[in-house]
Amino acid sequence: MSITVEPKKIKFCWNFVIFLYYVCTRIRNFSTLARTDMSEYKKLFNKSFASLLLVLMFSFPVIAQDGEALFKANCANCHKPDADFTGPALQGWRTRVPEGDWIYNWIHSPAKMIETDKTAKEIFEKWKPTVMTPFPQLTHEEIDAIMKYVDDYAPPSAAPAGGVAAVGAPQSDNTLLYGILTLVLALVALILLQVNSNLRKLADEKEGIKRGEPVPFYKNKTYLMAGILILFGVGGYYTINAAIGLGRQKSYMPTQPIYYSHKVHAGVNQISCLYCHGGAQFGKQANIPSVNVCMNCHMAVKEYKGDPIIREDGIQVDGTKEIQKLYSYAGWNPETNSYNADKNGDGQPDGARPIEWVRIHNLPDHVYFNHSQHVVVGKQQCQTCHGNIQDMNEVYQFADLSMGWCVNCHRDTKVDFLNRETGEGNRFYSIYEKFHQDIKDKKMDSVTVGNIGGTECQKCHY
Amino acid sequence: MSQNKYWGNFGQLSESDASKKAAKNEFGEDLLPLEEMSKGTLDTKTPRRDFLKYLGFSTAAAALAASCKTPVRKAIPYLHKPDDVTPGIANYYASTYVSGGDAVSVIVKQREGRPIKVEGNTRSSITGGGTNARTQASVLDLYDTSRLRHPLQKSGDDFKEVTSFDAFDKMVLDGINNTGGKPVVLLTSSINSPTTREVIAGFLAKYPGSRHVQYDAFGNSAMLLANEKDYGKRFIPSYHFEKAKVIVSLGADFLGTWISPVEFTVQYAKGRKVVDKKPVLSRHIHFESFMSLTGSNADDRFMHKPSETGAVALALLNKLGGNVSAPSISDAGLKKGIDLAASQLSANKGEALVVCGSNDPAIQSIVNAINEAIGANGTTIDHGVSLNYRLGIDADIVTLANDMAAGNVGALLVYDCNPVYSYTDGKKFAEAMAKVPVTVSFNGTMDETTEQCKYISSSHHWLESFGDAEPKTGYFSLIQPLINPLFKTRPFQTALLKWSAATVDDYDVFFKSYWENKLGGETNYYKALQDGIIEPAEGASFVTGSYSGAGMADAASKAGATKGGNLEIVMYEKVGVGNGAQANNPWLQELPDPVSKVTWDNYAMISPALAKTLTGLDVLGHQRDADNYEVHPEKPVIKITANNKTIELPVMILPGVHPNTIAVAIGYGRQSANADKSIERIGRSATGAGKNAYPLLSFNGVTFTRFAGVTAEKTATKYKLAQTQVHNYAEGRPVFYETNVADYKKNPKKLLSHIRQEKLNTTANGSTDFVKDATIYPTHDKPGIKWGMSIDLNACTGCAACVIACNAENNISVVGKNEVARFHDMHWMRIDRYFTGDPNNPNVVYQPMLCQHCDNAPCENVCPVAATNHSSEGLNQMAYNRCIGTRYCANNCPYKVRRFNWMDYNGSDSFKDNQRPMIGSLLNEVTEQMNDDLTRMVLNPDVTVRSRGVMEKCSFCVQRLQESKLEAKKEQDPSMVRNVQTACAQACPTQSIVFGNVNDPKSDVSKIRKDTNRSFYVLEQIHTLPNINYMAKFRNTERAIGDHEA
Repeated sequence: MSITVEPKKIKFCWNFVIFLYYVCTRIRNFSTLARTDMSEYKKLFNKSFASLLLVLMFSFPVIAQDGEALFKANCANCHKPDADFTGPALQGWRTRVPEGDWIYNWIHSPAKMIETDKTAKEIFEKWKPTVMTPFPQLTHEEIDAIMKYVDDYAPPSAAPAGGVAAVGAPQSDNTLLYGILTLVLALVALILLQVNSNLRKLADEKEGIKRGEPVPFYKNKTYLMAGILILFGVGGYYTINAAIGLGRQKSYMPTQPIYYSHKVHAGVNQISCLYCHGGAQFGKQANIPSVNVCMNCHMAVKEYKGDPIIREDGIQVDGTKEIQKLYSYAGWNPETNSYNADKNGDGQPDGARPIEWVRIHNLPDHVYFNHSQHVVVGKQQCQTCHGNIQDMNEVYQFADLSMGWCVNCHRDTKVDFLNRETGEGNRFYSIYEKFHQDIKDKKMDSVTVGNIGGTECQKCHY
Repeated sequence: MSQNKYWGNFGQLSESDASKKAAKNEFGEDLLPLEEMSKGTLDTKTPRRDFLKYLGFSTAAAALAASCKTPVRKAIPYLHKPDDVTPGIANYYASTYVSGGDAVSVIVKQREGRPIKVEGNTRSSITGGGTNARTQASVLDLYDTSRLRHPLQKSGDDFKEVTSFDAFDKMVLDGINNTGGKPVVLLTSSINSPTTREVIAGFLAKYPGSRHVQYDAFGNSAMLLANEKDYGKRFIPSYHFEKAKVIVSLGADFLGTWISPVEFTVQYAKGRKVVDKKPVLSRHIHFESFMSLTGSNADDRFMHKPSETGAVALALLNKLGGNVSAPSISDAGLKKGIDLAASQLSANKGEALVVCGSNDPAIQSIVNAINEAIGANGTTIDHGVSLNYRLGIDADIVTLANDMAAGNVGALLVYDCNPVYSYTDGKKFAEAMAKVPVTVSFNGTMDETTEQCKYISSSHHWLESFGDAEPKTGYFSLIQPLINPLFKTRPFQTALLKWSAATVDDYDVFFKSYWENKLGGETNYYKALQDGIIEPAEGASFVTGSYSGAGMADAASKAGATKGGNLEIVMYEKVGVGNGAQANNPWLQELPDPVSKVTWDNYAMISPALAKTLTGLDVLGHQRDADNYEVHPEKPVIKITANNKTIELPVMILPGVHPNTIAVAIGYGRQSANADKSIERIGRSATGAGKNAYPLLSFNGVTFTRFAGVTAEKTATKYKLAQTQVHNYAEGRPVFYETNVADYKKNPKKLLSHIRQEKLNTTANGSTDFVKDATIYPTHDKPGIKWGMSIDLNACTGCAACVIACNAENNISVVGKNEVARFHDMHWMRIDRYFTGDPNNPNVVYQPMLCQHCDNAPCENVCPVAATNHSSEGLNQMAYNRCIGTRYCANNCPYKVRRFNWMDYNGSDSFKDNQRPMIGSLLNEVTEQMNDDLTRMVLNPDVTVRSRGVMEKCSFCVQRLQESKLEAKKEQDPSMVRNVQTACAQACPTQSIVFGNVNDPKSDVSKIRKDTNRSFYVLEQIHTLPNINYMAKFRNTERAIGDHEA
């Protein structure tokens, strides 16, 4: 029997009220300021000393000659194989550009080609102001693999079914049936008890035993006590569950300032998660992309032409209108294809302002969570914690982000432990001498996050 | 075997009952001071019924208000994300801490565009990555709530904002051009920045007749003048303590405050550290009048009256064969000291160094003669490189004050100095300033001098500006901004460039082109900015300098003739607050003074003998007197009269002070001329902290004299001093081990033999495994990493840089004076100071004390909710959100390192009047300062800010450990966690704190711990299995040290 309780429906028994008061003040105290969000300091570096500062350089390593993976990692943000996107559709490229090394040169340094090459100039004229991003790190073999993937690409036959409702859909619920059954049985039991008592009374009269007036069941102390105990038990259960659920917001799906569909971007157009949320590889925050990242593509993608987007309440979303909203935030004029002039001298196009997204995933301030730990070291998929984000139009909170949920995963998940024989796995774990010995002695077969201390307090709380 | 007795104060020395009782009552939990409550509250009718009503209503209301609605939180990304900022990842930039001539090369940690932590720059050959407390604390000054926020102009008694710098420039220039040809005077602190010197030269050229006066509140004028006479050049040569086998200091506090303390501490430690288990140490002999940080570290220490410095110097020179006659010295101990110093110096000619802190040119000339006699020039003193930290000549400021009073100054431009506060007659200086037609201040806050100025153009903080410094000739350190200016401020140099109508009138542009020209191109310039330093190639041999001895001509007669009095006062700088420029820094104010352990105040430091005659308290002879004095924070106040000026100060009785001397720290007693505005203008921390002792300095015609003959008398009043080491001490347990070098060489095993024996006694029969067989608890594996720390007590000088570094790294609360007095201080790391030996002139030892992360921790067993427990990496973990505040753990900790949040130190603005409870002690103003949104920008976002009712303690900087592990896992390289640095280890100029993975035999900690003859764990015999080991201390002396005394 599943019971769900909304925090709003709390019964105010005294104990709970006092307990709650304590909890509330504690939560308040903890959350006052520890990890301030970035908005407050944003102003301070809008005019930062960019030219002087050290630039950390990161490159995206390519592991295998996998055309599809390479395409998705490098090209899919702007190109589709079979349709124009930010850049042109790639299929049929062999007919459009010269043979030989042209394609390699173009991918390695488009800007140089535009200056010197006729075909390149034509492409640039057609697609400006967007310029092809250079990929000097791609080898000829890798480019060949990508282009082969493009040539061989066939669109998937059927679109994936289901919208938001696909996840967490209500299963058939027999609660009501059981409830009615219980009630009926309780009624029958009560009637039988009364019958029993009447019969005993009759039998007693017959045998001449005198008894006092029978006590009605609602005055019977046994019944009353049982009733109180049941009420207390059920009430306590609900109360404690509600208290535990305080501050948790699984399935939270707020209305955002722009109707941004992850399904359109990550699902249909297959833009890599890390293109926008690149921080997930480097540090604790995955980061919501800044407006200029959106504009990388939306300078070219001006209208929404995909399948209709239907909101939860059944209303169709006008994608093009949402893109217009983005332009307003960016201070971009789609008519002239340029940013507004900076007349007020704040270093930004006039009218440009950051988008105030509503934050969905909130961890308490006393929890330290690091995305790169999970994405890079732990090699977890985004979907493990965020759900099938590529199928969500508007994002909602998939997991309940509770400590039990974290700890369960840490208990079960195996780390990429170094296998001394094959040399596979993370070489950092070479220092765990005891575990290596235990594996050798067949005392354990794998090492979990919990084994290396992943369930200890100060892994997340400091 | 008898253990040396270590004591923290007189109550502990006499082991009195009251002192023991106070020790038991660790947190001073007195009953609520109900008498403070208004009578009405207690006398009201039906309080019970009302109480229940209010209770019911408020809990229900609070539950409703706090629980039912999910707050909408926003996540606002950048509009354009700068390439080099990744939220959540820190960036590090090289820069330079500068303040009043001080310059320390640093690396600044920046998170999301906010500077939050200052570290030493390891590339600098001067500091080698070391810092001091003031450098560490300076990041908080950036977020000082009393900083000026825009240009101002005097308007009546107050100031009004000037809308633009152009309007400001016009007003000032109109003023300067209408002074009728009277000179413009630029009054600054010591300027060792080459670009600023060039800007000033340009400005002076534009205004003929104008002049530049450099003023140091507590400078080295005497050395500059003496060297000018003796060596023909007004400069201070560079000292090399690491090359000296014998160091004799005549009152120079070179580890704490003298000239370049970070540099000297680094050098000193090189000579004091034990390398390869061989105790070869330099010998440090110290003469002084009161207990300074440096004196407390000396091997042998001798006391004299402040006026006798000259006599001591002369006697020393005389003994070394100088042709001078020394005045007779009556004190036998002092005589012995001079003989000892002379014999050591003459035995180590060419490897010895004498330094002197006196501000009398005659005495400095004698010291020059001594250094010449012992062959220090060219061996331990390099005349080729000068120290440029203090360049001011005292007489200049006096001349300026007289000129202003006579109406001979047309305009006064003040930058980075505060003479109205720090001049011996500040009031006269302020009156003289009123006679100057144009007065402009470039200071960052509304200090005493700035509020006397007509125009104020506040300058950037160093973290907001470009700049440079040349602390030693040829050694440059560059400043680059870490944050866009927080307020409408402007570099002082830009103002000068504009006012001198230079072609380049922006200092940032000027700075860049200056260094591009000098370094040859933009690439080199950026490289230099990135490195932070430009230094000459190493290996240049020392220059001997040409000693003429010209200064000696009349020095001998002058130095010997110095008159004092029966009772003398001497002024000194404290390690934390210094000359008072950073007095509004809460971290520095709350830093316990290394020697006295007093926070938030200055005081009259006197000896027990003087205390007996002056206040009637016989702390050495009478137990009750010792109790009366030690157990209560209220100390008797004495009235001191010197040079017709009086000052009333509480006494702080300390052993090791000369019986005829009262020592008083400068830098305190900051106050606005308009007392009501002190908090707003001078700041919440500086206001009310101590008394100003600068007026007691006197000008002798050449320099400021820092001592005077005085009369003193007891007053009827008492004054509360918040001292930290009256609680949390060792209670007579053996926590410290030291020996003298000779004894150790004879039998190295003897030093720690008694620990070894005790451990053996407690181990089960037949076993030698103390870890497993001396306990009923099971032991736990540390399969991967085991974190450990080593602290070298021999190298630690007690400078307290680590304490402030810990403050900054771990968001340690500042609690204010009242709370410190109630033993509620929150420092995770404290430096215990113990005296031992002769109670009149004791040896002093320092022991950094922090959570020992015991593998068999007494605190963990007693927590009812398992909020503190052990990690598989050897960390004693503290989960704040789990703690319910029973304080059992603190009670059970033998090291007394746990700290409880008694009040809401960090959320004081979350409810109105949160910090103004009806009863109980009030929090000081400083908690409001620390909780301002501006000040909170200094918080480390990776460390939780703790709230009321939870326990906290040192975490071994777990955020750094986690980060290092993450990086190591990403790079798949376990050697990256070998030598991780905690904040304290990183700040330490002597590298006496070393941290790392002890499971890795290649780590520095593992290597150090191999020296088992010296390495001990505090109270290890009680089987706590700490993860911090200490290296026993050596003293290089013939005196008996350690377990010789009963």
